[in-house]
Amino acid sequence: MAQYNLSINGKLMNVDVDPNTPLLWVLRDHLDLVGTKFGCGIAQCGACTVHIDGEAVRSCSYPVSVIEDKKVVTIEGLSEKGDHPVQKAWLEHDVPQCGYCQSGQIMTAASLLAENPNPTDEEISYAMNGNICRCGTYTRIKAAIKTASKSL
Amino acid sequence: MTLIDKKLNRRSFLKVSTLAGGGMMLSFSWLAGCKPTAEEVLTMPDEWFTINSYIKIGENGAVTLFNPNPEFGQNVKTSLPMILADELDVDWKNVFVEQADFYPERFERQFTGGSNSVRSSWKPLRTAGATARYMLINAAAQTWNVPAGEITTSTGMLEHKSSGKKAGYGELASLAGTLEAPDPEAVKLKENADFKIIGNSKKNVDGAKIVTGKPLFALDHKVEGMKYAAIVHPPAFGMKLKSFDKSSVTSLPGIQDAFEVKVFKDDYGRNFFDTTTFPEIIAIVGNSTWEVMQAKKKLNVEWEKAPDSTFPMAGRGGQNMDIKVPGGLENSAAHKEKMAEYITKPGNVQRKDGDPEGAFKKAARVLERTYTAPFLAHNTMEPMNAFADVKGDKAVIYGPTQAPESIMNALSSSLGLPKENIQINLARMGGGFGRRAYSHHLVEAALISQKIQAPVKMVYSREDDMSAGVYRPTYSATYRAALDENNNLLALHIKAGGIPESPLHANRFPAGAIDNYLAEGWQIESNITIGAFRAPRSNFIAGAEQSFLDELAEEMGKDPIEFRLELLKRAETNPVGERNDYDPKRYAGVLELVREKSNWSSVPNGISRGVSAYFCHNSYVAEVIDVSIKDNQPVVENVFAAVDCGIVVNPDAAANMGEGAIVDGIGNAFYGEMAFENGVPTKTNFDKYRMIRHSEAPKKIEVHFVESTEDPTGLGEPLFPPVFAALGNSLYKATGKRLYDQPFQPQIMQMENLRM
Ligand code: FES
Ligand code: FES
Repeated sequence: MAQYNLSINGKLMNVDVDPNTPLLWVLRDHLDLVGTKFGCGIAQCGACTVHIDGEAVRSCSYPVSVIEDKKVVTIEGLSEKGDHPVQKAWLEHDVPQCGYCQSGQIMTAASLLAENPNPTDEEISYAMNGNICRCGTYTRIKAAIKTASKSL
Repeated sequence: MTLIDKKLNRRSFLKVSTLAGGGMMLSFSWLAGCKPTAEEVLTMPDEWFTINSYIKIGENGAVTLFNPNPEFGQNVKTSLPMILADELDVDWKNVFVEQADFYPERFERQFTGGSNSVRSSWKPLRTAGATARYMLINAAAQTWNVPAGEITTSTGMLEHKSSGKKAGYGELASLAGTLEAPDPEAVKLKENADFKIIGNSKKNVDGAKIVTGKPLFALDHKVEGMKYAAIVHPPAFGMKLKSFDKSSVTSLPGIQDAFEVKVFKDDYGRNFFDTTTFPEIIAIVGNSTWEVMQAKKKLNVEWEKAPDSTFPMAGRGGQNMDIKVPGGLENSAAHKEKMAEYITKPGNVQRKDGDPEGAFKKAARVLERTYTAPFLAHNTMEPMNAFADVKGDKAVIYGPTQAPESIMNALSSSLGLPKENIQINLARMGGGFGRRAYSHHLVEAALISQKIQAPVKMVYSREDDMSAGVYRPTYSATYRAALDENNNLLALHIKAGGIPESPLHANRFPAGAIDNYLAEGWQIESNITIGAFRAPRSNFIAGAEQSFLDELAEEMGKDPIEFRLELLKRAETNPVGERNDYDPKRYAGVLELVREKSNWSSVPNGISRGVSAYFCHNSYVAEVIDVSIKDNQPVVENVFAAVDCGIVVNPDAAANMGEGAIVDGIGNAFYGEMAFENGVPTKTNFDKYRMIRHSEAPKKIEVHFVESTEDPTGLGEPLFPPVFAALGNSLYKATGKRLYDQPFQPQIMQMENLRM
């Protein structure tokens, strides 16, 4: 066990966990930030996507010990009022079906648009390929990313 | 206005009236009420008045509607309340929706499956909404001392025109809640033309919570003092637990205990949905998910081969039967050989019209093709899990289940508690696709909690989930057509089977359209467990049938849509046999609509196009898929779907679900496959089990609904089965090769120099 002071959604949070614990489980079990989902545990599905220093990473495969003073943002901290352009576009296109994959999809999309505010269809597909949606909402995800891109 | 159908389930109505009269307390869901839109005008009232099981109204006119059915992404939590709201005549803006927990005494059929939520709730929910409206009218009539027949309603307002009296629903709700519900015969339902909410798209009522990551799923649930549990199950079908060494994990950090869990009691008569692959598993309990998952890897455990076994099952008519589970470690290669053998043997005849044998003897030519598809894993994004809190003689379970009523018997038997002491609360599910109709995970969590006498959240790893069975079966179907020298179709013969069930629907199209017709089924026993998977059986047989009809049309020199329409015309004007279970006119209607919407005869440059149509869950769907070839790989460009599912309650959400079914079909057709080596599933996570990803989804999907005044029919499943053949037929056009075996991708990889 070891103590970590983590910067999550702009707040410092203290946890006492095994150094190998993936960030995913620190968020979900220890900090009650359950918007970040568990899908595969091996960086294959994207359900657990969060931002670390602005970059989309798979929190299931990111041990808490390597975070150090990097800034973590989860779906709960993407915007204060749930009005990030990507979240708004998601609601406009009524993207979710079961909704389970969607926080991961939104986090990946938000980091794509932060880097590349005007992605082409191919760039969207490439960036989003690590996020599985079992319900098959991909065409709406693409449309929502384009809408969000226009409002940036 | 029309008088409601007298055939309406009287029980459901009486239930509503007893409740209204008795003023029974309603459940308060664990999930707080949620507002449908950002522009709501009414806030939470100070007091709620219960009108019936589905409806409560606040003093300020706000309305809470309960969604009775489990939500797994099909959006019933929005569409079912829309039906209530329309008949109640309220403004959707003022509606809060709550998920009802499992209360069989208050709600009918709390089950998600068979694309049945809207179709079986349509009349009961309309009646519940209309009944509540009548009770509000009667309350106004009493208060104002005017005849009820002179009172009108309009979006949450009551009015008596001649006296100028007006009131909001909220003002009369407290009185309305105490009134006797009217006789169902006296309750008039709206004319279709008067619908204000039904047919007008409403956004997902949980949308805002989903996009902000609020806790909605059982896996997100946590209470004070809750423990975490992981399970360890045998590595192969045909294996069982021999022994394990608890001390190999109990000294690990954060681990409290490890013990065996026996899911069903020996003498328990299982019901249809009580499928579990591994009735004995090991539970590891500890302080966090990560710790219990790590401990799984350290557990010292020995497995042994399971002998042939049987378990008791309660048949639908109440009679008990013994279900045999053969021992042995099965292999996919052996499955294939065995299936090939069965194709050559006579099957069980399920339908015979005319003289098929004679027709085949006379035939100038016979076209014979065999189609196969593998086992499939459901792979819901949220793995199986459940929260349970069993203390003393009370149990509370919160879990993702499509079928709470079915699992209640097992919970009661396994926990040794009466059903009244067990509360099942319904979580939003991270996907279901049939898998969560089999809810053994709820029993497992409950038994773990009972043993440790503390609340627990049990979660499967992805590997546990993917290798625990309840798969879509593997299937095979052989189609033979007899043609005369002028290319007329004389006879059709289908022989279809699978492990462990046959996919045959003997009375579906093209039965009824062909004079000489023979349909036979067969099945092979197995210890690999199966379960419903989006459009069971149809999800295979549609692909086989519609691929064969495509090839047959080509043999006969006919346009594939024209050919199907000719057969449907025959079934309509001069049907063969009497047991045809489809309406040829509605079937033809979707083919005509898809022909128009896809602009069928003018295929764009560089595009190859295929068509398919199917009927299931009382709905008709035709699909056209366009593919192109880029970098020697097929790319799905456009999908056009035409759907006749009667009245569409929530059109944009319906389209969303249709798009999802199409993407699901394309993914499974190209990549879906579960295989076995010595009983071991060869794929246990998404690194090996290929799922369709963003870049492989169609560029564009159009879902067109036939305008209809018919009552709603199924929707979640019917768009799935036609995908396989529409894709296969378009790939044939693109590559010059017919694909007979799913998944397609391995065969495409072997093709060189694809056309275009
Ligand atoms: S859970 Fe992390 S990528 Fe799947
Ligand atoms: S919405 Fe269900 S997995 Fe994406």
